[in-house]
Amino acid sequence: MQGSAPEQIYARDLACRRGDRLLFRRLSLAVGSGEAYHITGANGAGKTTLLRTIAGLADPYAGEAGFAGTAALIDDRLGLEADWPLARALAFWFALDRPSDEGAILERLRLADLADVPVRFLSTGQKKRACLARLIGQDAQVWLLDEPLSGLDSATQALVGALVAEHLASGGAALIASHQALDIHGLKTLAIEDYAPPGEAVPAAGPEAAA
Amino acid sequence: MIAKLLRRDLALFLPFAGRGAASSGAALPVVFFVAVAMLYPFAVGPDAPLLARTGGGVIWIAALLASILPLDRLVARDIELGIFDQLALRGITEETMMAIRLAAHWISFGPALMLASLPAAALLQLEGESVRLVILGLLAGTPGLAAIGLIIASLTASLRAGAALSGLLLIPLALPILIFGAGALARADAASLGFVAAISLGLVAIAPFAAGAAIRAVR
Repeated sequence: MQGSAPEQIYARDLACRRGDRLLFRRLSLAVGSGEAYHITGANGAGKTTLLRTIAGLADPYAGEAGFAGTAALIDDRLGLEADWPLARALAFWFALDRPSDEGAILERLRLADLADVPVRFLSTGQKKRACLARLIGQDAQVWLLDEPLSGLDSATQALVGALVAEHLASGGAALIASHQALDIHGLKTLAIEDYAPPGEAVPAAGPEAAA
Repeated sequence: MIAKLLRRDLALFLPFAGRGAASSGAALPVVFFVAVAMLYPFAVGPDAPLLARTGGGVIWIAALLASILPLDRLVARDIELGIFDQLALRGITEETMMAIRLAAHWISFGPALMLASLPAAALLQLEGESVRLVILGLLAGTPGLAAIGLIIASLTASLRAGAALSGLLLIPLALPILIFGAGALARADAASLGFVAAISLGLVAIAPFAAGAAIRAVR
């Protein structure tokens, strides 16, 4: 996954499909250190697929995509053991990722009081905060955030903005797919619909569709 | 890294190892296994020679069916929760995840079944040599059952009726293990346990790759 180019996140002539439907094609993207893109698009436009393809969790239909170094992902799946208390579920990832100060992460996301609550009893916003704790603990250069603001109150939304800003300031890169407006300085926008294929046609001729 | 993953898997699958709803079902295979051995004498009557002649086969059938019980939670849950995705992002291959899962799955029911076959053998009036062959047979055969179970659980993880289907799929695939394992009892001959061990070894070697490819294909 290591690209030879200096960019931290890259996509070259990328085309992705879900099932038989081509979502987007000819998408090229280069995100360097300290940069972030806000990916916009209607439901089903391919935002999640783009993030998963860059993460290496889905195969591109044509072209290539990837990241340099390490990447962390937040999506609609918890990534935390639902039956375990929050502290134990997070401790598993902290043991793998070895963040320098676990207590500070929990404090920052106001999770310290919830340590003994099983993850499945947490509210939507609390679960999201737990995912953010996992994200920060990973200390990855690349953040791939799929709807990080959904279900969060305005104070926590601001906190997410601050966390992303800090991540960028420390030389990281981020792709953020969101329906909400993001208040992050220097954020660029990528409208995925600009790369949508004309019509809803099923690609008949194979990878040439993206060439 | 491997130790941490194995510890997590064992906490999820080993009976009584972890507290909470996740592990409460983990003792079920063993309970089921002993329950079958207990019911059989009630069903066929207290005829000691008959029980001793057929009891070994009953233990093998009970072990095979018990190995089906954990399958619905074996892989599908982690896919649903996105755990495998998060591990993959940390550079851990699906094959490694599945090899660790296979070890945890076997540890959670194999040794327990071997232990439980002692009271089961007593209930079924098995003699000393038969008990030895049953326990040796389970030692050789349960890793194979675990490997088949892991492959099937991974293949059916995305299906809605996956749990019911996995039971049906495991039975024909486990037939060779059953035939040679129970056959050793009928002839009072440990040689055919060598076949069981060989089948298990082959299955254990294939399972991480087959299951890893299956969960990659699901996402």
